Parts: sequence; structure tokens; C-alpha cells
Amino acid sequence: MATRRGASTIALTAGSTIAGFACVGGKLEGEGPLRSGFCQIFPDARAGQERWEQAEIEMHKSALRLALRDAGRAARDVDLFFGGDLLNQCMATSFSLRDMDMPLAGLYGACSTFALALGMAALAIDGGGARRTMAAASSHFCSAEKQFRFPLEFGGQIPPSAQRTATAAGAVLLDAAPAAARRPIRVSAVTVGRVRDLGVTDANNMGAAMAPAACDTLCRFWADTGTEPADFDWILTGDLGQVGSRLLRELLQAELGPEKTAAFADAHRDGGLLLYDLDRQEVAAGGSGTGCSAAVLCAKVLPEMEAGRLRRVLFVGTGALLSVVSPLQGESIPGVAHAVELQAES
Amino acid sequence: MSVSREEYDQMTKKATPPSRFGRNLVMSFVVGGGICALGEGFWRLYARLGFSKEMCQSLVPVTLVVLTAILTVFGVFDRIAKVAGAGTGVPITGFANAVVAPAIEFQSDGKIMGVGQNIFRLAGPVLAWGSGVCAVYGVIYYVITTMKK
Repeated sequence: MATRRGASTIALTAGSTIAGFACVGGKLEGEGPLRSGFCQIFPDARAGQERWEQAEIEMHKSALRLALRDAGRAARDVDLFFGGDLLNQCMATSFSLRDMDMPLAGLYGACSTFALALGMAALAIDGGGARRTMAAASSHFCSAEKQFRFPLEFGGQIPPSAQRTATAAGAVLLDAAPAAARRPIRVSAVTVGRVRDLGVTDANNMGAAMAPAACDTLCRFWADTGTEPADFDWILTGDLGQVGSRLLRELLQAELGPEKTAAFADAHRDGGLLLYDLDRQEVAAGGSGTGCSAAVLCAKVLPEMEAGRLRRVLFVGTGALLSVVSPLQGESIPGVAHAVELQAES
Repeated sequence: MSVSREEYDQMTKKATPPSRFGRNLVMSFVVGGGICALGEGFWRLYARLGFSKEMCQSLVPVTLVVLTAILTVFGVFDRIAKVAGAGTGVPITGFANAVVAPAIEFQSDGKIMGVGQNIFRLAGPVLAWGSGVCAVYGVIYYVITTMKK
């Protein structure tokens, strides 16, 4: 049963284990360092569809089907589905579920959505309200550019602090009972983040906008659970990129001091920096987008945990909660970060 | 959090890598100058073909706009612009690209509403405020020239 720990964290005691997971990616993601972790690569950005939005829906659906198949389950076996994406009104998520018979709880947390969905999916099982739940998220470079930035053929330069929206989708199926055939990975604690805004207004520097939220959530998690950075094999932030990762370490230095920050730096990985090869691929400061952390978790972290190479991972999804109109209105960008602790049993 | 907004602003400025100013400056100068030289070339060509000065004044920009539209449609223009920056953005080529790019993108949302609503999404501010300022300038010009008489 879920219990409150400290000011902000929920500890999961009954446990919900990962019964299946899958991720799909676009061409660029398939050429990156995580290529072998993807279950399916879509070389065609349109995924055989006419429109970018449809392409994202197609990829989202593929991730869901593959995760269900990985768990040996059908959609009707899932008691609750938590998911979201970047499109207005979470179009990719809800339209994907037209063809799948699952109760939908749509979520929006920008790029932090996957961590939020995973946390909620685990809590629903731990609270006894569901036997099996799913968490999923997707993003598509082209549909996100169309909605948030410029048309694809518009000629312009991107500043080096900008991040590339990942074309990817990831899905995880959680089960109250661990599967016999796989090493149990348990969701053991969840910290839902608070909105933090230190006044960053540059939409091309979202890593900087999200770093304070990541710092806040991490410090809360460690304080609430009595843990410290050195206790984790990996601390995976969602998509802070180069700029945000650097700023997070500087912020933690002020909160934790040099010793713990050095331990943090050893364990820290960032999804936006793992998904692409920054020297070879044109992604400026790294990857971002709802699908980024979902893909990195499913293509890299969960397989490593199942293989026994990673035991304890703190996954912190980071989101920049700007809207299409808020930059025009001179608003700064609120950030949010949600922490989910994953533990592989030996 | 112990860091103030002001301190974080300074930290962000320090952590954010600057744009490649020198390279961007040289490339925009070379490409922008190249586009102007190309325009001059077309002018001379049209003049040699016997067109009047007034006709050349219309034909040269039209040629550059059409060329940009073709390059935009084939996905070449944005690749040049990635390197050239203001070099392709400031001349009339930038304006042409800013109209053609949304026209392509919003085909998927329907020709009437999709393209119709969005074709001036990028060029709209220039068109609206450009014509607005021109109208004001026209009135001032009219008043001054009438007073001189």
C-alpha cells in the first residue's frame, strides 16, 4: 500500500513490477547510439500516413502494441492507461486509443509526461485500484515543429542551446504480480514535482528552464527517502540536454555541497544526451520531447536493469510547461520534474 | 532553492554556448551578397533582352521569389538557410520562403482553412505592419510635397 514519506514522496510497498515495455523511433533516433534498443524504427517520418499527426499516432500505437506483446497481454487486460504527448489536447494519445480497449487517463506534463504516467500507473496498482496498468508517451519532431515552432521548410538557424524534439514513443506495462520469466523491476517510490520557474524566457533554452525543477524534485526525493546520490547506479534526467545538465549540477552544488554533487555527476545521465550522438548528429544541445525519456528508458535503462547491470535507478522526467501563446505574452517558462525510483531485484 | 532569479540568470548566461557569431557573419555576408549579385545578373540579362528599366524592377524580384519557392518545395532552401542565416533571410528570398513554407506545411489541414489561415503565419507581421507603416509614410510624404508647392 502506498505510504507518504516526508513532504513530497510516496513510497510503494506492495509493489508494481514491469511486465513489458517497448519503444519505437524515427530515422535519426535509429541512427543514434540507442539504435539496437528500439523495437521498431520508422525510416519514413510520415510512417506511411498523410499527415505528421497521423504519423505520431501510428508510432504511438506501435509502441503500445509492442509493449502489450512483450508482456503477453491484450489491451482488454489493462485496467488503466496513463499517457500523453505534446500535441494540443494530447491528440496522439487519445487518438491511439480509438483502436485499443483501455480506460484512458490522459496526462500532460510536456516532456515529463512519461515519468508522471509511470508514477501514476504504479500508484494505481499499489493503491489496489488496478491489477495491470500502462504508461506511455510519444512525440514527433515534425508535428511538434508545426505546432510550437516553424514549418519544416522554413529557413532559419537554431541556436546551440536549442534541443531537438525526438521522434519516438515508449510504453510500459505494469503488473501487480511479477512475471515468472523476467527479472522483477519494481517501482518503489514516486515524487510528483512542483512547478519551479526561475525566470527563463528563451524557448530555445528549455534545459535551463527545467533544471531548477529537476534540482528541487531530486533534493526532495533524497530528503524524503533518506537516500543520497551515491545510492543510485544511474540518476536519469529526462531531457535537460547539455545546458540544463550543466546548470543542474551547478544548482545541486549549492544545495548539496561538492562531495554529493561529485557522486551525483558520476551517476547522472541525461536522456537528451543519450538518445543522439551530439558530435555526429545535428541536434544542437541534445534531444527533448515527450518521447525522448520514454524511448531512453525503454531502449536503454530497462534492458540494462533486466540484464542485471543496473540495480537502482532514479528516473526524473523533466518538462517545460510553456504553451503556444505564453512566449508571445512575455511569460517565463515554468518547469516541472517528476521522480520515479526503479529497483531491479536480484 | 537557495539560488535567486538574478543569480540563475547569470548562471544561465554562462552555461549557454554563444552562437557562432564570426562564422554566421561571414556566411550571411557571402550568401546575402551572392543573392544580390545574382539579382544584378538577372537585371543585366533582362536589360540585354530588351526589357525597360521598370520591367526589370519587377522581373528581378519575381525571378528570385520563384527560384526560392522552387528551392523551398524541393527542401533545399532550409539547408542553405541553416548555414547562411540572415544571408537568405533578409533579401526577398527570406520573405518568399516564409510564405511558401507554411503553404506546404498546412496542406495537410486542408487547402481552404489550413493553407488559407496559415500561409501568412510567418509573413503576416511583415505584411500587416509593413503596409501600415507605408500608409502612414504615404500621408507624411503627401503633406510635405503639397506644402512645398
